Amino acid sequence: MSLDKEKIKHVAKLARISVDEAKVESLTKDLNSIFKFIEQLNELNTDKVEPLTSILNHSLRSRKDEISDGKIREKILKNSPKANEEFFVVPKVVE
Amino acid sequence: MTDITNQSLNEIIENVKTKKVSSTDLTKAYIKNIESAKKLNAFVTTTFEHALAKAKQFDNKPNFDQLLPGIPLAVKDLFCTENTKTTAGSNILNNFIPSYESTVTKNLWDSGSFLLGKLNCDEFAMGSSNETSHYGNVINPVGDKLVPGGSSGGSSSALAADLTPATIGTDTGGSIRQPASFTGTVGLKPTYGLCSRWGIVAFASSLDQAGPMTKTIKDCAIMLEAMSGFDEKDSTSINKKKDQYSKNLKDNIKGLKIGIPKEYRVDNMPKEVDELWEKGKKILKDLGAQLIDISLPHTKYALPTYYIVAPAEASSNLARYDGVRYGYRSTQGKDLIEMYEKTRSEGFGDEVKRRILIGTYVLSSGYYDAYYLKAQKVRQLIKKDFDDSFKKIDAILTPSTPSSAFKIGEKTNDPVSMYLNDIFTVPVNLAGLPALSMPAGVDKQSHPLGLQLIGKALDEQKILNIGYAFEKNCGFKNEIKKWWS
Repeated sequence: MSLDKEKIKHVAKLARISVDEAKVESLTKDLNSIFKFIEQLNELNTDKVEPLTSILNHSLRSRKDEISDGKIREKILKNSPKANEEFFVVPKVVE
Repeated sequence: MTDITNQSLNEIIENVKTKKVSSTDLTKAYIKNIESAKKLNAFVTTTFEHALAKAKQFDNKPNFDQLLPGIPLAVKDLFCTENTKTTAGSNILNNFIPSYESTVTKNLWDSGSFLLGKLNCDEFAMGSSNETSHYGNVINPVGDKLVPGGSSGGSSSALAADLTPATIGTDTGGSIRQPASFTGTVGLKPTYGLCSRWGIVAFASSLDQAGPMTKTIKDCAIMLEAMSGFDEKDSTSINKKKDQYSKNLKDNIKGLKIGIPKEYRVDNMPKEVDELWEKGKKILKDLGAQLIDISLPHTKYALPTYYIVAPAEASSNLARYDGVRYGYRSTQGKDLIEMYEKTRSEGFGDEVKRRILIGTYVLSSGYYDAYYLKAQKVRQLIKKDFDDSFKKIDAILTPSTPSSAFKIGEKTNDPVSMYLNDIFTVPVNLAGLPALSMPAGVDKQSHPLGLQLIGKALDEQKILNIGYAFEKNCGFKNEIKKWWS
């Protein structure tokens, strides 16, 4: 299969990455060569193989659902590109 | 006085313990080295004041019983360090100052060491040459036109240039072992789950592991001992007692069975790599190990599998960079969605964007079974190859990389040729196994080459022991001229 420019623009939309029109061409070429490489896997018959979902022999641990941290709003907001005193600020969503 | 930095970590620790050198003098010596090595571009951030204060604190009240007493260490800029900028080599994190410390670095500091600075790396650890970093190329001390490998390229460069006595990297598909091989140093990727992933900027969560990069095998054992251990905060952390790798290091490998996989002899591999592999086999055989031919039939499918699994996980992990809670935010974009799109477009570099797009595509509706599910099935086959082989052998010996360090710019226009560099390292990550790259020789151009030892899950001690015996009998010496200072 091959990826065309429209498909790539659609995937970029899903990934929330804007792609310059000028770069779509080279991106299409690169991604197609990567997918050609990936598709070697089609040589293998895997009908009877179970997918590997975890590399660990044990299942993931669960912990008690209780608060272990908190009251660090100031610290957390410090890294925000835009914040008022209490909240993260984003561009207006609702008019 | 001889150069106090041109020694192994183990020797440096001895010198501190016997008071031949103070932590302060040691730290000052590294700062001097770092300041005269700006050409290598190994550092993104330095924390000299912090290091000198910690060194002074140590000298005033030394504790010599610790594993890393008064030792300054630089670490890959993928580990979150409290109150010190952590970029992951990306523009999108150019102003991110974590309010917490990664477990692995915390373990190092709790062992008596302290932070000297943060080391350059490929953006989000996606790369094999350190050329995807937003903070510029890193130069290999071996030669001024050579890449240091990647993604832990700042780590390998700084280590080989005596800018840190030891360091740590992360390895998702070879990012510790390949740069170690390119710089004539030792690098270990531990068993998945041995070192906590908590506080490490995530790339592909089912493959990522932190590990040591050092000058010698003994140093590697010391660092692994210091950084590893169970951590409640990482749900995939293995709950087991901490091993004393350095104390238990032995060079007797008599009777061990070493597997030699025929699939690791690939087309167009330079003759020197093959010769070096032969040399490695001979050394181990002379030490009393038994060589056994094995087959890992699905080896050639490891890279295609990796380039589905890793981007898929990355696309999910990197969804968090939205310009809202931390990191870079674009000033363009008139609404929320456009702000996201512009932020991510301006914040991520080309390779990261490529991989997010691959990952998004292989997980998208209608393609999931054909790509992601298929890859998970082949991953099962690759793991089974190793499981079957390890029923009859103790460890596997292979080359670490199909070539020595290549030139800057040589592979940047062809992503697949760059990916092929990890052909020998990637299978191990897919199977969650430990593997060590150790320097073994040089090619015609005098560029270092490494050999890889792969062990069973949690068999780090055994591959360290084999490496230790190998190192004593290999006669490799890293001859790096300090042309940059």
